[in-house]
Amino acid sequence: MPGYSVFSILRNGLSGDRYWRRAWRAPNPKPAYDVVIVGGGGHGLAAAFYLAENHGIRNVAVLEKGYVGGGNVGRNTTVIRSNYLLDGNTQFYEFSMKLWEGMSQALNFNVMFSQRGMLITAHSADQLDSFGFRANIMRLNGIDADILHRDEVRRLVPYLDFSDKARAPIHGAIFQGRAGTARHDAVAWGYARAADAHGVDIIQGCEVTGFVRDGERIVGVDTKRGRIQAGKVGLAVAGHTSLLGRKAGLELPIESHVLQAFVTEPIKPLVHHIVAHGTEHFYVSQSDKGGLVFGGGLDGYNSYAQRGNLGMVREVAEAAVALMPCISRLRILRHWGGVMDMTPDGSPIICPTPIDGLYLNGGWCYGGFKATPASGWCFAHTIATGKAHPLSAGYSLDRFRTGRTIDEAGIGPFAWLQ
Amino acid sequence: MLRIECPYCGPRDHDEFRYGGDASVIRPVHDDADFEAWYRYVFVRENPAGPHREYWQHVIGCRQWLVVGRDTRNHEIASVRSAREARA
Repeated sequence: MPGYSVFSILRNGLSGDRYWRRAWRAPNPKPAYDVVIVGGGGHGLAAAFYLAENHGIRNVAVLEKGYVGGGNVGRNTTVIRSNYLLDGNTQFYEFSMKLWEGMSQALNFNVMFSQRGMLITAHSADQLDSFGFRANIMRLNGIDADILHRDEVRRLVPYLDFSDKARAPIHGAIFQGRAGTARHDAVAWGYARAADAHGVDIIQGCEVTGFVRDGERIVGVDTKRGRIQAGKVGLAVAGHTSLLGRKAGLELPIESHVLQAFVTEPIKPLVHHIVAHGTEHFYVSQSDKGGLVFGGGLDGYNSYAQRGNLGMVREVAEAAVALMPCISRLRILRHWGGVMDMTPDGSPIICPTPIDGLYLNGGWCYGGFKATPASGWCFAHTIATGKAHPLSAGYSLDRFRTGRTIDEAGIGPFAWLQ
Repeated sequence: MLRIECPYCGPRDHDEFRYGGDASVIRPVHDDADFEAWYRYVFVRENPAGPHREYWQHVIGCRQWLVVGRDTRNHEIASVRSAREARA
């Protein structure tokens, strides 16, 4: 496939953009593949790409129920950071960050990764202390982290409420300069195009309805486009993992919840970083089109409806205006919802399963986007070798049985409180 | 807002309530030493796309625990009973 470059842009621009080739093929499913990945979101496509790129396994199909980029990879708020506290998370997300830093070159696709820096405000001396603890853990792992005091925060983001009347006075912030955003559609398209170039079949509109078994082993899937045999099957359908897992016979510690996101009308450049409220559910960045993209917490009850409730709209708007009074008169253009796999400890699952031939990637809670490259990398390793990658070894399904949970949020087994 | 018909207070917005999760999960008796039973009680969830029995507590109201039957695909509420009655 011809690569994208400044020359291809010039050549195609001068010929009226009539000769661009499709970014990936639209093949019919073959009767059998070495590996079938269910779910053509960021994680499934990345896993397919790294199966081909890192492990030489190219006879691979990615089956997508709807269309590429139509699920959570196109619904998130695109924040990428690696400011995790707990062993297992810290190293995994930093590895992901490093893959992000080389992604546009690796995929020959501009994912518009913009390392604009992220700060989380601290609203008490104690919270700033706890951020200091986190920053030290990050630095010990070679990750950039800074603690900012009130005056430094004020220099960086003067539009926050520093008045005497502030609902939650700002004591400081934790700052990660390498954190940023990326264009989420481009991530899905980039991985799809790069995987396709390695021979991976990306089959859209192909819902999996069941699994084919030979004895106990899973040897294929039934789809709306017929039966497909597979040496190995990987599930990457976060949001709907319970439904497909049940069809395979897995009992999972997952609840599906809806998380909303919002975008305002476009304004001139105001928010140059990602800013997150330290105590309320609110974080914001500004898109290249000028809209403020922001999100909050879960609606708080089990849901498979990809739409949110006004109660949370109000809660997020209140937190937003408490932190940034200057946006109180901005109008919200759109709000939408995505379905999250919520695990009891807030950490994901990437592992072989007790069922032969079946591999699981799910439970991403509401932090899956930033993990896309590392998740694909580790899932490809797990499928290719049958063993967990050292970086994702903590994300096993049996950690709930053995008590080795990675409970970053410290909430315990109450998905809706995370 | 979801409108929950509290049997004691009448129809109220769901933000008067606190969600309490899947009501079909059964807590093992206190001296049950079966590890699997406790593991399933704490962690494993059916998580259906469709009818779901779930606990809600009317915290800004009568403070009673209710069992609500709700469809997780469209949030339609089919039934509301007090948790005491639902258990009996």
